[in-house]
Amino acid sequence: MTKEKLLLIGNGMAGVRTIEEILDRDAERYELTIIGEESYPNYNRIMLSNVLQNKMTVEEIITNPMQWYEENQIELIHHDPAVDLQPEAKKVITQSGREVHYDKCIIATGSRSFILPVEGSKLEGVIGFRTIDDTLDMLNRAKTYKKAAVIGGGLLGLEAAKGLVDQGMDVTVIHLEKWLMETQLNEKAGELLRADLEKQGLQFLMEKRTVRILGETRVTGLEFSDGSQIEADMVVMAVGIRPETALARQAGLAVNRGIVVNDWMETSAPGVYAVGECAEHAGKVYGLVAPLFEQGKVLADFLTERETAPYAGSTTYTSLKVSGCDLFSAGIIRESEGIRSIEAYDGLANSYKKLFVQDNNVIGIVLYGDTSEENRYFKMLKQKQDISALTSVSLLSSGGCGGAAGAADNDVTQWADDETVCGCNGVTKGTILTAVREKGLTSVAEVTKVTKAGGSCGKCKGMIGDLLAYVLGDKASTAPTGICGCTDLSRDQIVVQIHEKGLTTSQEVYRELGFRNPEGCPKCRPAINFYLNVAFPKEHADEVASRFVNERLHANIQNDGTFSVIPRMRGGQTTPEQLMKIAKVAEKYDVPLVKVTGSQRIGLYGVKKEDLPKMWEELDMTSAQAYAKAVRSVKTCVGAAFCRFGTQDSMSLGIKLEERFEFIDTPHKFKMGVSACPRSCAESAVKDFGVIGVENGFQIYIGGNGGTEVREAQLLTTVATEQEVIDICGAMLQYYRETGVYAERTAPWLIRMGFQHVKDLLLDVSKRAELLQRLDEAVEGKRVNPWKKAVDSKQLQRELYTVGRG
Amino acid sequence: MVKRRVYVAKVEELPPRIGFAMTVDDKKIAVFRLSDGRIKALENVSPYRQGPLAEGTVSGEYVYCPLYDWKISLLTGKVQEPDEGQVPTFEVEIEQDDVYVWA
Repeated sequence: MTKEKLLLIGNGMAGVRTIEEILDRDAERYELTIIGEESYPNYNRIMLSNVLQNKMTVEEIITNPMQWYEENQIELIHHDPAVDLQPEAKKVITQSGREVHYDKCIIATGSRSFILPVEGSKLEGVIGFRTIDDTLDMLNRAKTYKKAAVIGGGLLGLEAAKGLVDQGMDVTVIHLEKWLMETQLNEKAGELLRADLEKQGLQFLMEKRTVRILGETRVTGLEFSDGSQIEADMVVMAVGIRPETALARQAGLAVNRGIVVNDWMETSAPGVYAVGECAEHAGKVYGLVAPLFEQGKVLADFLTERETAPYAGSTTYTSLKVSGCDLFSAGIIRESEGIRSIEAYDGLANSYKKLFVQDNNVIGIVLYGDTSEENRYFKMLKQKQDISALTSVSLLSSGGCGGAAGAADNDVTQWADDETVCGCNGVTKGTILTAVREKGLTSVAEVTKVTKAGGSCGKCKGMIGDLLAYVLGDKASTAPTGICGCTDLSRDQIVVQIHEKGLTTSQEVYRELGFRNPEGCPKCRPAINFYLNVAFPKEHADEVASRFVNERLHANIQNDGTFSVIPRMRGGQTTPEQLMKIAKVAEKYDVPLVKVTGSQRIGLYGVKKEDLPKMWEELDMTSAQAYAKAVRSVKTCVGAAFCRFGTQDSMSLGIKLEERFEFIDTPHKFKMGVSACPRSCAESAVKDFGVIGVENGFQIYIGGNGGTEVREAQLLTTVATEQEVIDICGAMLQYYRETGVYAERTAPWLIRMGFQHVKDLLLDVSKRAELLQRLDEAVEGKRVNPWKKAVDSKQLQRELYTVGRG
Repeated sequence: MVKRRVYVAKVEELPPRIGFAMTVDDKKIAVFRLSDGRIKALENVSPYRQGPLAEGTVSGEYVYCPLYDWKISLLTGKVQEPDEGQVPTFEVEIEQDDVYVWA
């Protein structure tokens, strides 16, 4: 028997989810074909704003890679949209002329950015924010252009605007209404949001109607109904979305705003169904992900002939993916006949909440700042809980009197099994618990992989973590936590004890904290020595015997027991005189290998230990510390001194950074790069601290890594002066020293600490100054060239570098 | 082969927990002063890829090879689990403040 042919038009979130649900129910039932317009496999559109905000990569938001289509034997007709649907003939024709016959057809064409019908809307540089291509287009333009205008101060517009600020652009949001996100927020919450976003660098023009986009061939600005104008090199249209219904209309299906469907997602044509943003159910079109997935489940049940409840519409909620602006909105948020409200504003905590109540039910929620109780309220709303027993105070606060019930509502472990944890994907607590128990899952990522919970907006990951801890209990806590086999204590526990007990030697640490190995091991010895150096820079005497051989001898040990000598060339600059000295020494000591290193220096390799002090003396140069967990040398490009593209003097800034911070120990090596333009010849994007010169200043990138785990640095900020670059660098160094786990590079450190947290700290001028001061105090008198110390001290030479002869 | 007594250094010239490398004829020797004052000598070659043990981290009665972290007893030369092997040891003699090895 041949299988029925099921065709999906639209390779997006709603349609593909429906297919996944069908495969889950009956993988053998249909021969599947998907027609898609875009050239990517299915991806998580919600996360595009995270891509724009440098929080994720395009690869990371792909939810169904090509392999998934292959594994499930789905034919994907890619990059070739359907243009003609013929319900009577049961066939579809694509743009390239391909005919696809079906027995059943699902339309999930989604929607498109609504482009304002004003003069100039077709100019080059006017873009929507809807697809990966739109996002890449914006990222590209942000590299060359400075000024962006975002039309529309709703969810999408604000996320786009924040992303463009993170890309270093000057961004103005133009909004027609009096306050932002007016359909989800009331005036008060809208104002709080605006104030917070202004602090993050966004600018706003409120109550402005755009009437014209200016420009000859490409956009140059905007004109408003009051005659005023602004300049812009790029315009992002984020005024809303329109369901994509052209195909359905052409096929003669019933279409209002969206394609009309009944409770089983059937359209007016037999054998044709619609789900997602293109569908209109009971007069409503949804633009959020949760309803689309709910529709997909109903349709999957229907198409696999399972018993199911009809789709009865969805209760939706909104949150904004901009760090530092937590908000939550759901339900009806306007006061009118029979709807009353209670509200609370805490000016100190900058948090605001307002609940709308009708007939003793919560029917609308607005939370700003503190959204920790969103689950509690959303549950009241969805379940239509009778709140007549609650006083206004106990309703607004989960603590205090009446707090027990509130606390239980927030505590996911106390929920009933059929309650939804992941709203986006409709995953219940019971489903998660079953998966954790039966499949032995131990991490949030695994739970997401198996159940999809946490895979869309990610808000529920905390609750999934709570459930894991609840199920795993002891198992979670018996996992090894110690920094090495000598102890069960973590880095944080050790450092806290060092401070609390005032421990100033390794010996004290090992004794007081009960290490199993009284003198430690090669893993903890240098770590403890480092933590002590940072905690008590004056009191703790550096313990040479605890340093790894490289840092003890100030040379990098090679695989044959010889060493390397790499002199410092600040900013990668050298002179004929230096080169001649290096050449002479290399020749005299018969150095087997002379090589230019990855960080723009010259290395002499294969040197005997006993030759080290003599070579250093003859070189008369300083150590580049190419062996140390410390601030390394700064890589620079030629920059404005000679380069045609250079906007800044990168070499001079690199040299200043190096002079200011050389010979400072860090948890792991700390690499820097300074480029004079976005071509980034010094590879600033894979440095722990990268600088890119731009016309009006310097972009600072942090947490990059070009090593074992490649990680792109994140844009911290753009500053106007070299001094700010230097100060921010010093503050970051000290914060990394104070909080880093020994041998942890800045990339994982930044993930662990949270980029936003580190950013807030470094951009706070007074906190930055405090960190810098602590750094300077800690390293005072210690930033000396270790080679010179060895050259000057007969004792050091005898103890560390002599090889005895018998 | 007949062993002979070779002068190493004065006791106070050997910093605790930092190895001292020397060569006697074609033998490579690493001399260690433990935290408790004992002085021990091993061949300065790890059985695995010839790591120079004198540059290793000394902890209690053990030294860890700087290249591959093998843990070796300073008292017996025995390689500790999970690795296996034996490093030759040398007898140490202290006369007044002078340290000698028999090599």
